[in-house]
Amino acid sequence: MAILEVKELKVYFHTRNGVVKAVDNVSFSVDSGKTLAIVGESGSGKSVTCYSLLDLLPKPPAKIEGGTAMFNGSDLLSCSPEQMRHHRCNDIAVIFQDPMTSLNPYLTVGDQLIEPLIYHPNKDKRERRVEARLKAIALLDEVGIVDPVARFDSYPHEFSGGMRQRVIIAMALITEPKLLICDEPTTALDVTIQAQILQLIKKLQEKRNVAVIFISHDLGVVAGIADTVLVMCNGTIRETGSTDDIFYHTQNDYTKKLLAAIPEGAKRLQNRSDETQKIIQVDNLKTYFKNQSDSSNNPAKEFVKAVDNVSLSINHGEILGLVGESGSGKSTLGRSILQLVPNTAGTVRFKGETLTGLSQKQLVPWRRKMQMIFQDPYASLNPRMTVFQTLSEPLLHHGIADRGTVNAQVAQLMNEVGLAQIQMHKYPHEFSGGQRQRIAIGRAIATKPEFIIADEPVSALDVTIQAQILDLILSLVERHNLTMLFISHDLSVVRYISDRVAVMNKGLIVEAGETETLWKSPQHAYTRQLLKAIPLADPKSERLRMAGVWA
Amino acid sequence: MSDSITAPMDVIHEKGSSLWQDAWIKLSKNYLALLGLAVLVLLVVISLLTPWIAPYSYSAQNLDLGATAPSLQHWLGTDVFGRDMLTRIMYGGRVSLMVGFVATGVALVIGILWGAIAGFYGGRIDALMMRIVDILYALPFMIFIVLLMVVFGRNILLLFLAIGAVEWLTMARIVRGQVMSLRHQEFVEAANSLGLSQWTIIRRHIIPNTLGPVIVYTTLTIPSVMLLEAFLSFLGLGIQPPESSWGLLISYGVETMEEYPWLLVFPGIALSLTLFALNFLGDGLRDALDPRTSKD
Amino acid sequence: MFKFALGRLLQSIPVLLIVITITFFLVHSVPGGPFSADKAVPPEVIKALEAQYNLDQPVWQQYLSYLGDVVTGDLGPSFKYSGRTVNELIAAGLPATAELAFYAMLIALSIGVSAGVVASMRPNTMQDYLPMTGAMIGICMPSFLLGPLLVLIFGIYLDWLPISGWGDIPGDKVLPSITLGTAYAAYIARLSRGGMLEVLSQDYIRTARAKGLSETMVIGKHALRGGLIPVVAFLGPAFAGLLGGSFVVETIFQIPGLGRFYVQAAFNRDYTLILGMTVFFSTLIILFNLLSDMLAIWLNPKLRHEIQGNH
Repeated sequence: MAILEVKELKVYFHTRNGVVKAVDNVSFSVDSGKTLAIVGESGSGKSVTCYSLLDLLPKPPAKIEGGTAMFNGSDLLSCSPEQMRHHRCNDIAVIFQDPMTSLNPYLTVGDQLIEPLIYHPNKDKRERRVEARLKAIALLDEVGIVDPVARFDSYPHEFSGGMRQRVIIAMALITEPKLLICDEPTTALDVTIQAQILQLIKKLQEKRNVAVIFISHDLGVVAGIADTVLVMCNGTIRETGSTDDIFYHTQNDYTKKLLAAIPEGAKRLQNRSDETQKIIQVDNLKTYFKNQSDSSNNPAKEFVKAVDNVSLSINHGEILGLVGESGSGKSTLGRSILQLVPNTAGTVRFKGETLTGLSQKQLVPWRRKMQMIFQDPYASLNPRMTVFQTLSEPLLHHGIADRGTVNAQVAQLMNEVGLAQIQMHKYPHEFSGGQRQRIAIGRAIATKPEFIIADEPVSALDVTIQAQILDLILSLVERHNLTMLFISHDLSVVRYISDRVAVMNKGLIVEAGETETLWKSPQHAYTRQLLKAIPLADPKSERLRMAGVWA
Repeated sequence: MSDSITAPMDVIHEKGSSLWQDAWIKLSKNYLALLGLAVLVLLVVISLLTPWIAPYSYSAQNLDLGATAPSLQHWLGTDVFGRDMLTRIMYGGRVSLMVGFVATGVALVIGILWGAIAGFYGGRIDALMMRIVDILYALPFMIFIVLLMVVFGRNILLLFLAIGAVEWLTMARIVRGQVMSLRHQEFVEAANSLGLSQWTIIRRHIIPNTLGPVIVYTTLTIPSVMLLEAFLSFLGLGIQPPESSWGLLISYGVETMEEYPWLLVFPGIALSLTLFALNFLGDGLRDALDPRTSKD
Repeated sequence: MFKFALGRLLQSIPVLLIVITITFFLVHSVPGGPFSADKAVPPEVIKALEAQYNLDQPVWQQYLSYLGDVVTGDLGPSFKYSGRTVNELIAAGLPATAELAFYAMLIALSIGVSAGVVASMRPNTMQDYLPMTGAMIGICMPSFLLGPLLVLIFGIYLDWLPISGWGDIPGDKVLPSITLGTAYAAYIARLSRGGMLEVLSQDYIRTARAKGLSETMVIGKHALRGGLIPVVAFLGPAFAGLLGGSFVVETIFQIPGLGRFYVQAAFNRDYTLILGMTVFFSTLIILFNLLSDMLAIWLNPKLRHEIQGNH
C-alpha cells in the first residue's frame, strides 16, 4: 500500500550562472511501514527531492517545474500553505543531517519537543502543556535518553551529538507521523553512535509502522535497513529495486561503480616494510591543551589531554593506519609528531634524531623530509594563490628548483598527481574537491619527503572520488618509497591501505597490530566495539547484525 | 592527463580567475555601490581641482550683496557676507574629505599593526594588547575629544590624532579577529609544515587574506570619521575659521536657517550625499568580498 | 552569575580611575585658571579665590584630595556658578537628559527592530530595500542636520510642533527625541536585519518550519531570540552615543539638560563641573556597558551555563 507516490518530479534551480536541473523527472513510491533508501553522491538531488515534498527549499532559486507527489490522496506539491503546515506537523516528519545545528540553542529541549503538540494547526488535536510534557518525557525515554524528566528542561548544548539526534528523532515522532524522512542522519556521527542510531530508527519504525525514506551516500549504512533502494545521480534515477536486487544482482554501471568504490578488503602493497629501520619513534608522548571553556576550578578539567602517553614506532616503508573516532586525539597525534603542535612531554624521534624541543628554525631541515596531507581540500589551499604558486613554493623554498627549472618541475608534479598542466594558473576555487586534494598531495610530495602523514585525506570527498585518491596515494607511496601514517575514522578505508593499524581512544593507543590480524581477532574491547559498528554493503549480514546476532 | 611532459613554453595555459576578479564582477553588478564609487571619485577630483575650478575666490566678500538665493551668478546662493556658497562648499569639502582620509589613515596604520601583532602571536601578547583595547573601548571618547579640543586649542593636527585615536580600536579588533582565524586555517598549517619563515607566512599567506575586511572597514570608517569631524565643528570645537568644513558651514546655516534656508540645505546635502556614497560603496564591497555569497 | 557581575564591576574600577586621572590632569594642564579669563578682576581677589578653592596647592595634592572627595560622593563646588555644588547642578540637569535619552532609545528600539525584522523576512525585495534605504538615510543625516531640518519643516513652515524647551509646551519633546533617536533607529535596523538574516539561515529554523510551526512562531519564537542579540550587545555603546548626541540636540532645541551644560562647562573652564560631569557620565556609561554585556551573555544558554560554572 503506497503511502507516497511521486511522479515525474522536476525541481530546477535558477541561479546567476544558468539553470541547474537538481531533480529531473524522478518517480518513486513508498509503501507504508517500509523503508526506501535513496542513495547517491553529493549533487545527486536526493535531498532536494525530499525537501521539495515539504516545501522546504529556498524559493527564489528553487522552483518546482512539474510532477506530483500524492500523499494520502492530496498532492503535496500543490496544496495550500495551511494544508502544508498540517502535513508537516501531523503526517510527515524530517530528521536532518547535523544534530549539532538542528536544535534551537536558545530554547530547552522540552520546549522544542512539545511545540508540534501544543501548536498543532488542527485545533482539535492540540494538547495542553501538561499532557504534552508527559508524552514528551515518555518519548525521550523510548529513544534512550537517561533521566528524561530532568533532561526535559535541559538545553541542546548539554547533550552530545548522538544524544541530540535521539532528541530530534523523538521530536519527529511525537505527533505520530506516517512518513519519516531521514536525511543522512548518521553522517555526522561517530561510527559506534551511528550503529546505535540506525538500530533505534529500525526499532521505532517497526513498532510504530512508519514509512521511512532514508537518504545516504553510504551504501553500507542502508544495507541493513532498506527494503527498496533508489540510486540517483545528477538529478536522475539510475536504478531502483529491492535491496537484495540492487546489492547482489545489479546490472547498472553506476550502481556497480558505487558498490566498487566501497573499500572492500585490501589493496595494500606487499612487503615494503623494513622492521630494522624505524623512521618514527614516539615515546610517552603527551600533548595537553589548556581548557579554555571551563571556568570551574576543577583541577581534573584544567587540561584537555588530547594525547595522553602514547608510544609507537613506524617502520621504514610501511603504511601505519591510525584509527579512532572524533575526539580520540588522532589528528593531534599526527600534528604532534610533525611538531606543528608543541609536545608537552615525551619524545618524537625521526630516524634516531630527537625532534621534540627543537625550535621552529632548527626544524627547517627536517621539514623537507616530513610532510602532511590535510583533510579539508577547501581549507588546505591558500585561496589567493594559483596552483603554480602553491606547488612552486616548496620547490623554491627548499632549493629543489630555481627560477629556471621550476616551471618544468611544477608541470611534472601536476602530471604525477593527475592534473592537467594547462590549469597551472588557476585558483583553488575553480577546481572540484577531488582535484584540490590532488593539488594538496602534489604539494606534500614536492619536497621529495621520506615520511608523510595523511590526516583524513579522503573523508571530505565523494565515495567514487575517494577510491581514485586512495589509489593515487598508494601509487605515489610505491613510486617514491614513502613511509606513511594514515589517519582516518573510516575503518574500511584504513583497512584498504594500511600494513599495520593502531586504534586510538581518548588520547591513548588501545591496540596495535597487523591489519588482518586485528580485523580477525581484535583483542581490546574498544576495538571490538568499533569493528562491530562498521556497516557493510552486505544486506544479509547487516540484517542479522541489526537483529542482534553478531557472527 | 597529459601523457608526456611537453615543455611548458609550448603549452598555452588557461587563465585563472582570482578572488579579486570575482569580487570585482560581483561589485559591478551592484548599481548602488558603483554609483557610490562614481560619486566618490567625482568628489575627490573636484576637491583636488578646487583652487582652479572654483567660480569665485574663497575669501571674496561682497557686503553690499549680502545673502542671496540661488541664481545664475551664484548657483548655490551667497551667505551673509556675500561669499559664493558653491565656492565655500567646494573648499569646505576639501577640508572634510582630507580629515576623513587622513584620520582614517591614522586609524588604519595603528589598528592594523596592533591587531596583526596581537592576532599572530596570540597567547600572552594578545591577551595584553586586547585588554588595553577593551579598556580604551570603555572610555567615553566623545567626552575626551570635547575636552581635548577645548583644552589644547583647535589644532587641525590634534583633530586628526584625536579622531584617529578613536577609530583604530575597531580596526584593531577586526584585523586581530581575521588574523587569528587565519592562523588556524589548514593552509597556514601547511605553510608551517613546509618550513617557511614566519615573515614569509605573514607576507604571502596572511596579509592577502586579510585585505578584504580591511578594505571594507576602511571604506566604512571614512564616513564615520567625517561625521565625527562635522559634529565637532558644529559644536565649535573642530575646524576653525577662516578654514571651513561642511560641519562648520552647517552650523552657520542653522543660525540663519529661517531667513536663508539654502545656507543650511546645500552644505547638508553635500555632506549627506558623500556619506551615502561611501556607505553604499562600503556595503557593496562587503557583499562582493564575502566568500559566502560566492559565484557557486 | 552574581559573582561574575561583581567581578566585572570590580574590573571597571581601574577604568574609572584612569578616566578621572586623565581628565583631571588634562584640565589642570592648561595655563590659566578658571578665573583668569574674567574681566578686570584684581590679582589679590584672584589669589583669594584660588586659595578658597585650593588651587594654590601643588597639583598632586589637589588630585588626591579630589579622589578622596569623589569616593564619598562629593563632586565639589562649581567654580562658575558660585554657591552651587556640582552635585546640585547635575541633579538639576539630569531629568531632562535622562528623559530625552529614554524617549530616543524607545524610538530607536521600536522603529529599528521592527524595520530590521520586517526587512529580514523577505531579503532583496522591496520589503527589504525600502526600510534599509530609510535606515541608510538615517545614518547619513547627522542629528545636527536632521534637527534643524525638522525644526524648519515642522516648527517653522508647518508650525505643527514647538521648537525649543522641554516640558514647557505640550509636544516640545517630540522633535528632539526624534532627532536624537533617528540615527540609532537606523543603526539598530541594520543590526537587527543582519542578526535575523544570520539566524534565519541556520538549520534549526528549517527544523522549526519542518515541524509545521506557523511563520509567526518561527520568526517570533525561534528566530528573534538569537537574531536580536547583536542589538542587545549594542545597547551599551548606544547609550554612550546618546549621551554624546545630547550635546548637540540640547543645544539646538535649547533643552536645559546635562549635555548643554557640559559643553558650556568645557568652554568656561569650570574645572569641578567638567570633572564631576565626566566622572558621572563615565560611571553611567561603564554601568550600561556592563549591563548590556551581561544581558547578551545571559540570553545565550550556553554562555550562561559556562559563567554559572556548571556543566
